Amino acid sequence: MTAWHVVLLASIVCFGLKALGYLVPARLMERPTPARMVDLLTVALLAALISLQTFARGQELVLDARLPAVLVAAALFALRVPFIVVVIAAALVAAGIRALT
Amino acid sequence: MKIRSAEDTRAIRAALAVGLPTAAYGISFGALATLGAGLDLWQTMVLSLVMFTGGSQFALVGVLAAGGLSAWPSAVASAALLGSRNAVYAIRMSPVIGPGFARRAAAAHLTIDESTAVSSAQKTLRTQRIGFWLTGLVVYVGWNLTTVIGAVIGDLLGDVSAYGLDAAAAAAFLGLLWPRLVKLQAQAVAVAAAFVAALLTPVLMPGLPVLVAALVAVLFGATNWLGGRRTSNASTGAP
Repeated sequence: MTAWHVVLLASIVCFGLKALGYLVPARLMERPTPARMVDLLTVALLAALISLQTFARGQELVLDARLPAVLVAAALFALRVPFIVVVIAAALVAAGIRALT
Repeated sequence: MKIRSAEDTRAIRAALAVGLPTAAYGISFGALATLGAGLDLWQTMVLSLVMFTGGSQFALVGVLAAGGLSAWPSAVASAALLGSRNAVYAIRMSPVIGPGFARRAAAAHLTIDESTAVSSAQKTLRTQRIGFWLTGLVVYVGWNLTTVIGAVIGDLLGDVSAYGLDAAAAAAFLGLLWPRLVKLQAQAVAVAAAFVAALLTPVLMPGLPVLVAALVAVLFGATNWLGGRRTSNASTGAP
């Protein structure tokens, strides 16, 4: 597998998933259990990605400038600060801590 | 052409308010893809042009950045799993889009968190259509432009972590997750999944911890543990 193979394969799979939804009869996914699973799947995947993006460095777990940045982001989201402002603030907190240490 | 009503204006405002900031975030995708995952400019552009679903794009380059090219099965699987929610959005958008192969194919490509969310928040079919297409197009054009900017600037910036872009990515994921954490069940799934993913990181191949964490959702979803009463409306989670 080259990087191109990975890029194209993943892109086609993701487009295929979108297209698939327009072919499925609507009633199937309206049932509570599949709908709930898909909903929670998004939650689980995002939470796992946040966790790795915050604590993982390769296969190691480390505590560094990312954790305070994410905590600041959580506080700002709780205060309903707009998405892009929070993202920039998180970057600044991490960059600031790294510049000072 | 109909005269623009107040409802139309509201849909247009919502589309721009959601679409523009989201599009701006393509800068960090471009930078992470080139610097973190080592993709070239063209590969990065193809991801934004063809894959066009932010979560999956970040997941793909995130796993490649952590595990290298040999982690490609996990990278592709993570992208696919995160992209699976678009299939559900597509099912929901299907009646809004209406018939016609070309129109449905184009709609499929633009079916993402933001276009679905803005559309779903509108009251009439007409404004639901405006919300979907305008948000989708604003994000598509903007996201692709900013991807190029990020990929090019990223090269000049050097190490992204010095600029806190790794923390920015975590914050962005948190922003997508935040509105979904209203219910206790979702909170429990988020905490459990985050814990499982971190715990398995030192022992499993990069990418696999995320997939195992996804099983938490399947478990909770199948049993409806902590779900309380049956609320099928709870599944209409806006991003």
